[in-house]
Amino acid sequence: MRRVWRAVRTGMVTAGLAGFGLVASLAAQAETEFRPIEPGDLMTEQLPATPLVFAAYAVVWVALLLYILVLWRRIGRIERELADVTSRLESRGR
Amino acid sequence: MTLGSRLIPILLGISIVMFGAAPFVIDTAPYESSMGLIQRIFYFHVPVAILLLVTGVLCGVASAVYLAKRTLRSDALAVSLAEITFVFGSIVLVMGPLWARKAWGVWWDWEPRLTLTLVMWMIFGAYLLLRRFGGPGSEVLAAAVGVFGSVLVPFVYWSVNMWRTLHPKTSVVPSLPAPMMGPFLWCMAAFVVFTIALVIIRMRLELCRAALERAYVLLED
Repeated sequence: MRRVWRAVRTGMVTAGLAGFGLVASLAAQAETEFRPIEPGDLMTEQLPATPLVFAAYAVVWVALLLYILVLWRRIGRIERELADVTSRLESRGR
Repeated sequence: MTLGSRLIPILLGISIVMFGAAPFVIDTAPYESSMGLIQRIFYFHVPVAILLLVTGVLCGVASAVYLAKRTLRSDALAVSLAEITFVFGSIVLVMGPLWARKAWGVWWDWEPRLTLTLVMWMIFGAYLLLRRFGGPGSEVLAAAVGVFGSVLVPFVYWSVNMWRTLHPKTSVVPSLPAPMMGPFLWCMAAFVVFTIALVIIRMRLELCRAALERAYVLLED
């Protein structure tokens, strides 16, 4: 049983290393060779718009929601303080 | 309970419903031929930008009234509008680059519309800093800054027509085809209602603050 497990483990490590080596060799190929575009080549690479649109809408929602919450908290704090000062004034008969 | 306080939940409710429906309304608009999906930023970007200019002008008017008459309400309105102008400016200056990255290939370009908007945003930022840290008497100085900031608004608006810029011209909105105009007007109305609610809320805060200051003066006497 121990031998089988060792064989499986060795196989997994070998496969992992082979896979890593393959990816590394592909990456190495990509990094060492720059090829200028040919007149007939089609440029298909484009920046996707979806994340930018979602980010833009999220900015509006989050900013306005935060602003409303901040305003609400500031109003609450000042109104509490005002009520406190007013009651102190009333207790002094003003 | 004042009329303004009664209006706040109504206006906020209307704007929440309109904003909730906005994605579905925008989805009915066709794609723009050269920009495609990224042009959909327009439906929120332009209403916020228009209201940035409107609140900027109104802040200048309220500041001028304060300089002339020194009334509490005009000052409260001016500071409220200045803060909202700053918030809208921040939104526009973040949304715009997200659109520009796809449409122009760059996040930012020092072209007249963008640069003037940034300068206007900084002026209203200066107004708020002055109010926060300027000490007694900063209201008058800030009002002068408010007037100065509002003077920039026509330059921001016409910059795209006066100078050669990357930014779309002011003729884009009036010439929108009906399937694009409907969603635009929907979003514009939602933002107008929301902005009125914001102004009322912010003014209430400012009037409460002024009442608190008066109460403290009375307490110290």
